[in-house]
Amino acid sequence: MPESTSTRRITIDPITRLEGHGKIDIFLDDAGQVERAFFQVPELRGFEKFAQGRPAEDMPQITSRICGVCPTAHHMAATKALDNLYKVTPTPAGRKIRELVYSTFMAEDHALHFYFLGGPDFVVGPTAPAAERNVLGVIAKVGVEVGKKVIAMRRRLRELTSLAAGKAGHPVFGLPGGVAKRLTAADQVRFQTVAAEAVEFAQFTLGVFDDIVLKNSDYVNLILADFFTHRTHYMGLVDDKNQVNFYDGSLRVVSPEGAETVKFAPEKYLDYIAEHVEPWSYMKFCYLKSPGWKGFTEGAESGVYSVAPMARLNVADRMATPLAQQAYGKYIATLGKPVHHTLANHWARVIELLYAAERMQELANDPEIIDPNVRTIPTAVPTEGVGVVEAPRGTLIHHYQTDERGLITKANLIVATQNNAARIAMSVEKAAKGVLSGKQISEGLLNMVEMAFRAYDPCLGCATHSLPGSMPLEVRLRNRNGETLSTLRRP
Amino acid sequence: MKPKVAFYWCAACGGCEEAVVDLAEGILDVVAAVDIVLWPVALDFKKTDVEAMEDGSIAAAFINGAIRTSEQEEWAHLLRRKAQVVIAVGACAQMGGIPGLANFSNRAGVFQTVYQDSPSTVNAEGVIPETTHKENGFTVTLPRFFDTVKALHQVIDVDYFIPGCPPTPQLLADAVTALLAGKLPEKGAVLAPDQALCMDCPRKDTKPEKLAISEFKRPHEILIDQEKCLLAQGLLCLGPATRSGCGSRCIEGNMCCTGCFGPTSRVRDYGGKALSAIASAADSNDEDQIIRILAKIPDPAGTFYRYSLPVSELQRKRL
Repeated sequence: MPESTSTRRITIDPITRLEGHGKIDIFLDDAGQVERAFFQVPELRGFEKFAQGRPAEDMPQITSRICGVCPTAHHMAATKALDNLYKVTPTPAGRKIRELVYSTFMAEDHALHFYFLGGPDFVVGPTAPAAERNVLGVIAKVGVEVGKKVIAMRRRLRELTSLAAGKAGHPVFGLPGGVAKRLTAADQVRFQTVAAEAVEFAQFTLGVFDDIVLKNSDYVNLILADFFTHRTHYMGLVDDKNQVNFYDGSLRVVSPEGAETVKFAPEKYLDYIAEHVEPWSYMKFCYLKSPGWKGFTEGAESGVYSVAPMARLNVADRMATPLAQQAYGKYIATLGKPVHHTLANHWARVIELLYAAERMQELANDPEIIDPNVRTIPTAVPTEGVGVVEAPRGTLIHHYQTDERGLITKANLIVATQNNAARIAMSVEKAAKGVLSGKQISEGLLNMVEMAFRAYDPCLGCATHSLPGSMPLEVRLRNRNGETLSTLRRP
Repeated sequence: MKPKVAFYWCAACGGCEEAVVDLAEGILDVVAAVDIVLWPVALDFKKTDVEAMEDGSIAAAFINGAIRTSEQEEWAHLLRRKAQVVIAVGACAQMGGIPGLANFSNRAGVFQTVYQDSPSTVNAEGVIPETTHKENGFTVTLPRFFDTVKALHQVIDVDYFIPGCPPTPQLLADAVTALLAGKLPEKGAVLAPDQALCMDCPRKDTKPEKLAISEFKRPHEILIDQEKCLLAQGLLCLGPATRSGCGSRCIEGNMCCTGCFGPTSRVRDYGGKALSAIASAADSNDEDQIIRILAKIPDPAGTFYRYSLPVSELQRKRL
């Protein structure tokens, strides 16, 4: 398929809700059929390299700078890797404070995505004017009072993270064996108060999703559309009852048919997961070692898998808290299991929001949360440690090797969106083929391509989900000499 | 007409954008007072829109992140032309930040680690990303990845700096207020208090008149007292060398200051200042003994230059 004189290139650049920049190049043949689409990540910072030589105990603070939007996820994965490195078990209070903060963070992050970023496509509408397809449009639809409620909820959740962890943006409290700071009885009351509000807020949000999305057959059909669907493997953390857990557990993989193919301790990740390099992107593509890298293809024979809310709900048998379990039952009854429809991530995310809030409440009400014994001092000589959490956008793995002084000799990081990278690239190509082929390209169609990856809440920049607004898009039609034939811009 | 303002990010984590969102209800005041003409994370304006603007037509460009790739460098130059005032936001734009630690290595070192040595990476053919790649006749491009990370002012002229990793929402709000009121200070100023963090520290009353540290401790080695000066506990708190204005957030989290706000105006090289402040706290007058005490600091270069390697006298490791 050489690039002939009649081949058209469509470049979408920049896709600005990605950290740095995402870019899409789409090639159409002379009949207007999409031949190939590249989803590129033009950025790399190289944390694995400059982690070398740093003290291991600094890694929770250094690696949080991978992402200023989900710093708590990196901070926590790194802190757990330190537990494993120093072979130290956190005290009960230390462990509970960590999970309390983590639940608080997950609730904040998921709520933000629904109202500010992913939600507008549904709440305002996929074909609504671009200028309204943002958080302001959401507020217009659900009311100013609700808008204020969303802003205030986020602020209160972040204030609590700062209270326990130092800063919501780049926390400092994680150390091997526990946390740096204990919680007081007054702190506990604050957590209890906000947790109760968060549970109510999550239920309200589920109601919004129900009213606006599920009661609209056009939206339901969109979720079910073939060009938004891929049959792949899924992976996520589950507890010992195969319930969704964000903080700890085993990694479980299910096939496109929904059968468990493997369940493993996170420290064994190298036996099951590998990364593939493509010359056209700075981001690596994860795959399952069995079946192996078979290219950007779906099905049981492909190593491509997916993580994040929809995947977590696919790999789990149930939710660990009562209200979330109720919502999960309805989700499965409606969509079946496993769910392969990428846009279902939005629904799954709201169910997880409710779980995070309920878990936060359980821990806030735990008398042990104010126990002053928040840390065990490690005594072992460090050599190697792996830590894993479920970040908002999926499984996050930190793996360190050190010398006997605890200085990093090797660091390996698999960040959430890398697990989804291949599936996102496929989703963009499939949506481009399904939506653009043979069509007069319009702004509305561009948004359909955009929705294919927005559902993942891509963490190429975890930064992507932090702010209001529609994703700016520009499509240029060029001839092979790179001369622009026409430009389409979504205002 | 409202003044035009641009927000942009380079090699960054998004934490500076989150700091803007942390204005919470206050962000509505900002949106009401200025006309935002570029905010890639939130709004629909493109590079071509910015290119089409008249030079100098943007009142202020707030740019965060370090300069790591050719694309980021191009954006920095573009915004410099279009904006009357350029404000470097956050530790990465001001000093290179944590991504600046990559100056201990270079492009080849980073690529080797990420695409070859990583234990999870399977890459027998040694594929590395290419600035121009052809596949079946289709050509796609990536920006160049530089050997050296730079702070913003090492690439373009910068008028003001807002420090922090991330900055506090208050400092951002104060800068916007000063801009709107025409009350920005002299060019080159760092828009934060010009004194050491120790002066603001909630534990300053427990800091001894003269520090005498006989053994440095690492934070995981001891149970940290929640009230007492961290240096007095033998921990490597960089408060004496670091500019205040952060609200002592890390101290409130019962952990040391790591220096993200950079130096005060009286200091040229942050790491040199931090090293001398810490060395002078060693409890000895005997040179060998001082060396023994300081040897307990496991990673001096990476600790004292945690956020500022690219703007230090060292700039980078010679390779």
